[in-house]
Amino acid sequence: MARVLLNVPKTARRGEVIEIRILIAHPMESGQRRADTGGLVPRQIINQFTCTYNGVEVLSLELHPAIAANPYFAFYARADASGPIVLSWVDDAGVSQTEMAELGVLLG
Amino acid sequence: MSTLIIPRRAFVLSGLALIPCTPALATVPQVASLIQALTGGADRPGRVRLDLPLLVENGNAVSMTVTGPAGTSSLHVFAEGNPNPEVIVVRFGPASGQPRLATRIRLSTSQTVTAVAVLADGTFWTDRVELIVTLAACLE
Repeated sequence: MARVLLNVPKTARRGEVIEIRILIAHPMESGQRRADTGGLVPRQIINQFTCTYNGVEVLSLELHPAIAANPYFAFYARADASGPIVLSWVDDAGVSQTEMAELGVLLG
Repeated sequence: MSTLIIPRRAFVLSGLALIPCTPALATVPQVASLIQALTGGADRPGRVRLDLPLLVENGNAVSMTVTGPAGTSSLHVFAEGNPNPEVIVVRFGPASGQPRLATRIRLSTSQTVTAVAVLADGTFWTDRVELIVTLAACLE
């Protein structure tokens, strides 16, 4: 399990645009780097990332080796009802991980 | 005892020459054909905004923000000087609050980075940033 820093507001007003920030500890090995022995280090990156809010997609990312190690993403969702924000991703080794945060929406 | 004496300057320069930093780079026409395949040639400059520093000291992690206009369904970023020209594709869903994404990317050399916004109304907009990279993202 990769270490993750996830930053989501605990509460928001209805209709407010909230910022979601995530930092994932991952080497994002590009497949271009040479090991000490001379051979190429095989590519091992997170290639898919998805965020949903109350089961509705916020965004999905298709990632390439040009994403820096320990990837950081910041993006926006519109708060409409209390519910879970679920972030999940898959890497080249087929390892997937899911993180969740609960957003409370204040009515009125 | 015979000692092979190499002048210090020559020794240092020979070490530099050994650094394996020559991956095949993507080319300008390759990026042009990727954008052509995406937009069918209907892209116009404007409306999308690509924020990148103009002078990059470390190509291993360059802060990048892409902001599309209202009605953006996806954003695509291409780096013509990288070994692999594709950088990221962002697809926005119904719960998105604003068509904007910030992340950090790798740049292997001084080059032009292009962002393409695909709008739900079928139009395509581009923004380009030409930047200088002093430390390339290919060693470590």
